[in-house]
Amino acid sequence: MSLIHFDAMRLPARCQELRKEVRAFLESEIAAGTFDPDRPEVGDKNADEFSRRVGAKGWIGMTWPKKYGGQERSFLERYVVTEEMRIANAPVRRFFVADRQSGPTLIRYAHEKIKQDVLPRIIRGELFFCIGMSEPNSGSDLFAASTKATKTDGGWLINGTKVWTSSAHLADYMIGLFRTSGSTKENRRHGLTSFLVDMKTPGITCRPIGQMSGQRDFNEVVFQDAFIPDDHVIGEVDGAWKQATSELAYERSGPERFLETYDALLALTNAAGAKPDVRVTVGIGRLVAQLHTLRRMSVSVAGMLEAGREPVVEAAIVKDLGTVWEQGLPHRVRELASLLDLEDDEEDVFRNKLDFELKIAPKLTIQGGTTEVLRGIIARGLGLR
Amino acid sequence: MSASETLVVETAARVLADLADPQTIVQQRDDAWKAPLWLSLQEIGLDLAWASETGGGAGASLADGFGIIREAGRAALAVPLAETLLAGWLLDRAGLTAPGGPMTVAPVRPKDHLTLDKAGRVNGRARMVPFASDVEHLAVLATGDQGPLVALVRTADCKLKPGKSLARDARDTVELANVLPVHSARLEEAGTQEKDVLLLMGAAARAQQIAGALDRILELSVLYSQQRVAFEKPISKFQAIQHSLARLGGEVAAAASAAASAADTIANTGFDDAAALLEVAAAKIRCSEAAEVGTGIAHQVHGAIGFTDEHILHRFTLRLLSWRDEFGDETFWSLKLGELIAARGPRELWPLLASR
Repeated sequence: MSLIHFDAMRLPARCQELRKEVRAFLESEIAAGTFDPDRPEVGDKNADEFSRRVGAKGWIGMTWPKKYGGQERSFLERYVVTEEMRIANAPVRRFFVADRQSGPTLIRYAHEKIKQDVLPRIIRGELFFCIGMSEPNSGSDLFAASTKATKTDGGWLINGTKVWTSSAHLADYMIGLFRTSGSTKENRRHGLTSFLVDMKTPGITCRPIGQMSGQRDFNEVVFQDAFIPDDHVIGEVDGAWKQATSELAYERSGPERFLETYDALLALTNAAGAKPDVRVTVGIGRLVAQLHTLRRMSVSVAGMLEAGREPVVEAAIVKDLGTVWEQGLPHRVRELASLLDLEDDEEDVFRNKLDFELKIAPKLTIQGGTTEVLRGIIARGLGLR
Repeated sequence: MSASETLVVETAARVLADLADPQTIVQQRDDAWKAPLWLSLQEIGLDLAWASETGGGAGASLADGFGIIREAGRAALAVPLAETLLAGWLLDRAGLTAPGGPMTVAPVRPKDHLTLDKAGRVNGRARMVPFASDVEHLAVLATGDQGPLVALVRTADCKLKPGKSLARDARDTVELANVLPVHSARLEEAGTQEKDVLLLMGAAARAQQIAGALDRILELSVLYSQQRVAFEKPISKFQAIQHSLARLGGEVAAAASAAASAADTIANTGFDDAAALLEVAAAKIRCSEAAEVGTGIAHQVHGAIGFTDEHILHRFTLRLLSWRDEFGDETFWSLKLGELIAARGPRELWPLLASR
């Protein structure tokens, strides 16, 4: 029997209907000037209102239980919404993290009162979430986290520093991992606890960290005696390691794991015209073949998730192959574009686009689980560890 | 294919495991295994799974046939099972009866063309025809006055120039000069892509074989790494080896996905649109890429023993590499796919991908 399985999963017809609806919505938003697929700064400005309108459409938390305002729609429908938003460069940052992982984590492990309070607001597009994992001395090695949560009356006091926290300066909430006791000899993963942190809590300071791509969404988040109430503990105290393996499969296998630099391919196809140089044609064909295969793998994992399986290894494979591919894409596009004859203004537009993709490429194989971590997971799945 | 693997495919896997075990073949160093295997395949009807029952076949589904071919890949099979399936399918498409016994198909190279003249005779040259010198019949796709035709030809009526693949399987040049076919017929429902159906179908079949063989070399490599001790521990404990095998796993997954997706497309929607070209081209390209990377890693993990003729690894790796060339290589399909994408324009790229 095979060690690895990927079925030829197809999105059902109702998903393709939904796709039309999402496209029509996005076109009307573009027409109204909410965002511009070619100019992300326009969308950033309007991300809040956009988020509320997406919420009104019922496309945030669409798979979640009805009692929290969700619609219990399928994971495959969510997949379609995600990929159409991504391809259109829609300003999803406001709700994307909450929709993809914070919400599902809360649904599984948070106190009922918290769920009733927070989930409906996520669904309406009102809440912005960030993720507090990495620290100055803890990156891929999550269990080395040392930012402390100390028990006090009615809650916990947090002290320490999180880094590389995307959008912390804009976020309403963080789901963070904090040390509530030391690791044990038998289990070095013991002693960490997940908390829901209101970012307006006194004692939390965000400092921006500039990125080489010119983006400014990274932060250092410093906690000084920040008080978190007891009911904001997510899951078991000291037992965060037992939680959240299935969420990782969602996080790792989505379309955003191979479409981040898609604009480079689009720009090349655009610049190349209807009958390009044969070398360019061959180059485009090969890239499209690779992209199609990645998407088919990703859809296949979506199907496994929908079927209630936990495709941890398959999801790691999608992220490994997908991010390595999207990282290389702007470089392949650069090589092929050298064969094109572009007018000055075309060249400027193309360069501008390509330069951005070249600059973001290095981070793609680091964020959300490095290539090395992923290959370790795959190796474990193969029975090597 | 999945957990819901059908009985037909399971049967194929069992017959191949019993009668075409690579270890036995490597040890015996002769072709004695081939006759009993073929007899058994024929008895069960696996060889003509794709021919309809009225045409002398088993009338299995396209999906089952692709499943059988994937199993043939898992066995690195060196008899024309995939080719006979393809020939049976091609004959059946034109309403012709299969003669029984192993067959092959032509042309397998995109640049080769065969014609059928007014007198009903086949002319032309087809290179690299798999197993031509091992079989009695050849199903050919030829161009006639009024479009594409299928003809069943005796190999004895052709001039064969023997050739070998990387794995030393017969890949012969077949010259047809005024050959009178056993029978011939126009392809029914001839569409725009009919002249390419054999290439599309053959490429999808080769993709399945590659996916199957890659799956098997992953198993072999994992197992070997767990048994081979170096520096006082199994080499599977070294992170460098683990990461190499993880990459191999990724390539196996990509090949399996791409091949399954193309097979599913042909089985459920046919050949006649952009989707089929995208799916088949992507499968042949991506599987061929996986063959290069995958064979490299498997050999690296096995070290010197994998390079010997007594180890079974080469049965897989050499076939994996040579299957890349048949029914259109990566460059051929990239050009076809690139032309399609460029002609449709950038705005149509995503809608095409998303439609799959």
